[in-house]
Amino acid sequence: MGVTTAEMVTAINTMWVLVTGFLVFFMQLGFGMLEAGLIRVKNITNILIKNILDFCIASIVYWMMGYALMYGAGNMLFGTTFWFLSGIPATTAGVPTLAYWFFQLCFAGAAATIVAGGVAERTKFIAYLLYSVVVSTFIYPIVGHWIWGGGFLASMGMLDYAGSSVVHSVGGWAALIGTMMLGPRIGKFNKDGSANAIVGHSMPLANIGLWVLWMGWFGFNPGSSLSGMQVGLNASVAVNTNAASATGAITCVVLSKIMTGKWDLGMTTNGVLAGLVAITAPCGYVSIASSIVIGAIGATFCYFAVGFFDKVHVDDPVGALPVHLVNGVWGTISIGLFHETKGLLFGGGFGQLSVQLLGVVSVAAWVVTTATALFWVIKHTVGLRVSAREELEGLDIGEHGMSSYPEFQITTPSMILDGHSAETLANIERAEKATRK
Amino acid sequence: MKKIEAIIRPERLPAVRAALEEIGYPGMTLSEVKGHGKEAAQTQQWRGVKFEIELLPKIKIEIVAIDDDASIIVSAIVRAARTGESGDGKIFVLPVDGAIRIRTGDRDINAI
Repeated sequence: MGVTTAEMVTAINTMWVLVTGFLVFFMQLGFGMLEAGLIRVKNITNILIKNILDFCIASIVYWMMGYALMYGAGNMLFGTTFWFLSGIPATTAGVPTLAYWFFQLCFAGAAATIVAGGVAERTKFIAYLLYSVVVSTFIYPIVGHWIWGGGFLASMGMLDYAGSSVVHSVGGWAALIGTMMLGPRIGKFNKDGSANAIVGHSMPLANIGLWVLWMGWFGFNPGSSLSGMQVGLNASVAVNTNAASATGAITCVVLSKIMTGKWDLGMTTNGVLAGLVAITAPCGYVSIASSIVIGAIGATFCYFAVGFFDKVHVDDPVGALPVHLVNGVWGTISIGLFHETKGLLFGGGFGQLSVQLLGVVSVAAWVVTTATALFWVIKHTVGLRVSAREELEGLDIGEHGMSSYPEFQITTPSMILDGHSAETLANIERAEKATRK
Repeated sequence: MKKIEAIIRPERLPAVRAALEEIGYPGMTLSEVKGHGKEAAQTQQWRGVKFEIELLPKIKIEIVAIDDDASIIVSAIVRAARTGESGDGKIFVLPVDGAIRIRTGDRDINAI
């Protein structure tokens, strides 16, 4: 059969977009396993089902409205066409529009699920589902429109190759607001302000999550060229991605040895992810050496951010904020410094850096405002947080009626109360009743 | 009859079982327990925050034996379980009023 060169090119590009999209899809497993590994046995069912529903909700609402707001022809702030994908062109960016949509859906799903880790172990399931609907329908797509969909930040020259701002900052700011409005887990902080370690139940699961995310990132970043024909660029992005992640791990393991005397696995894991988030924006525009520096700086920010959030009493069970928020912002800014022609350190002056900063501030303002409003409404309608008793018993029983580890059932009252006495529980419940009045 | 309750380090269990088999007392009840005597708690860390493990894992061995054999059993356990470090454990000997083998109905000494 006769195939034209143009058809071959389209086929290669479509293959590229779909397969890298499948890799990004697979990151949902990564998020799920990482989060599960870093939280307690009694909340595993909850995090796993949240993880499933996140993506499924995005699958529907991003078809209904999300894509339209993000990529519809419209104005500088939002799109107004393609509702329910009606009227889409046959191709977008050189591939069938449906392939393009699927790829974008996987990115939307990644952004949505970032919050799950920050609000884990004490959030009502229905509250989380409502958040998930709104973030994928509305909050995320608007930012996407501004930066990727032809909106005002794109028109001003803001760059974000694969989404440090569009995906990770959006998830990060939303996670920050959610975590703050939720409050810390019972037993996380003491009256004197010190923090207690609430230890995750499975480092092997967390490690599986790490490697799956890492692998998925090789779809996330290189895939963002949207073209299998861009051979040099795709190779460069893959190498840059790896350079930053490797440096992130090394940075954090060395920092943990220096600061705590031990080579800490949890911090090392976060270091890889910090490097990955940081390089996500600049990966298409910087050198390998720059990627290494960006990863090192990002991982350093991540390391000290963990302690910082503890100090200001923001309880983030899995480190979503140091990884996604801090490095989402850093990755975006780093383009202004390290871009091979437009970066401040490469003779490009302050132009790109200022646009990147404007982008950071715009995204922050939008997400903080909308997330605050969203969580406020949820809090005052269905409620945001489970009761103290449910939290101590574990969300798995109250919300889902089952344990993820039925052969290791909680059998003693002290296990249910997490070491708290019955008196402490009574005090907590009394305080809860008082604040509800 | 006497009941011997021995709390030992988990890693000494294979040696203790071998020693008890050697003297003809292979049967026992085992449980995984936690506790500590005077030995120091273990310090671990999670994302930069340190915490103490005070409930250290141990193995509890329970054996019921005739009075004359109690001291032989105790000596065997002590030899096999001792490391010389703090945390080796303790053995208690208690009197037993009665014993029954469920399968046959045999009583007291015939049940051991």
